[in-house]
Amino acid sequence: MALTIASREVDGVTVLDLSGRITLGEGSVQLREAIRDLISKGLKNVLLNMGDVNYIDSSGLGELVSAFTTAKNQAASLKLLSLTKKVKDVLQLTKLYTVFDIYDDEASAIASFK
Amino acid sequence: MDSVSEVESIAEKLAGEAGLDEDTCFHVTMAVREAAVNAVLHGNEYDPAKQMTASFENTGVDLVFTITDQGKGLDPETLPDPLAPENLLRGTGRGIFLIRSFMDEVHFRQLHPGTELTLVKHLATANDKTGDQM
Repeated sequence: MALTIASREVDGVTVLDLSGRITLGEGSVQLREAIRDLISKGLKNVLLNMGDVNYIDSSGLGELVSAFTTAKNQAASLKLLSLTKKVKDVLQLTKLYTVFDIYDDEASAIASFK
Repeated sequence: MDSVSEVESIAEKLAGEAGLDEDTCFHVTMAVREAAVNAVLHGNEYDPAKQMTASFENTGVDLVFTITDQGKGLDPETLPDPLAPENLLRGTGRGIFLIRSFMDEVHFRQLHPGTELTLVKHLATANDKTGDQM
């Protein structure tokens, strides 16, 4: 299943609800464009809700890292919410779990931006 | 990328039919997909004149996946360690690492031109959960 992205605003935080796969050719480009669009609009607080992302490959991991560094370079903040077990396992294996701020519940994630 | 999806589907079917548990099946399928992506993207560099080939075998003892490309060749010894602190924020370079993490054996062979990548999952190990923890 390709990646679908829905955007919503919660207390000054832009939440992107992601659903599907983040892989080469199936979602990594969509994710890159969505985040670049937010950053270019000057939005500083971005939360990626990964609760319905059931697969991420090395290209998808690369996009997450690029999004993180792009946000950081623009003085914006990008955090992750609700990782599925498969995505969490891959992030831990690649040590990227230590790079991102990751939250299990949305309220805590939103509060962390304040 | 259609060929990558096809290779992934076949690998998933073979891993499932071999009786691997869900996690191991996922890992094997992901490793094979990464190998196929590597062949198309880094090996053949999306050149439609170049081919990626894939073969699949359940020997009864192992699952064996062989992926070849017709690219410039890959020296696995020169790949940077994606876990090194200075490489953690790189956008690329995790594919081979994931393959090695998920499979029991990974062999590279230079084809001049191209690279042959053979991925092996031992079925006895795969079906013994204590031998397949991440």
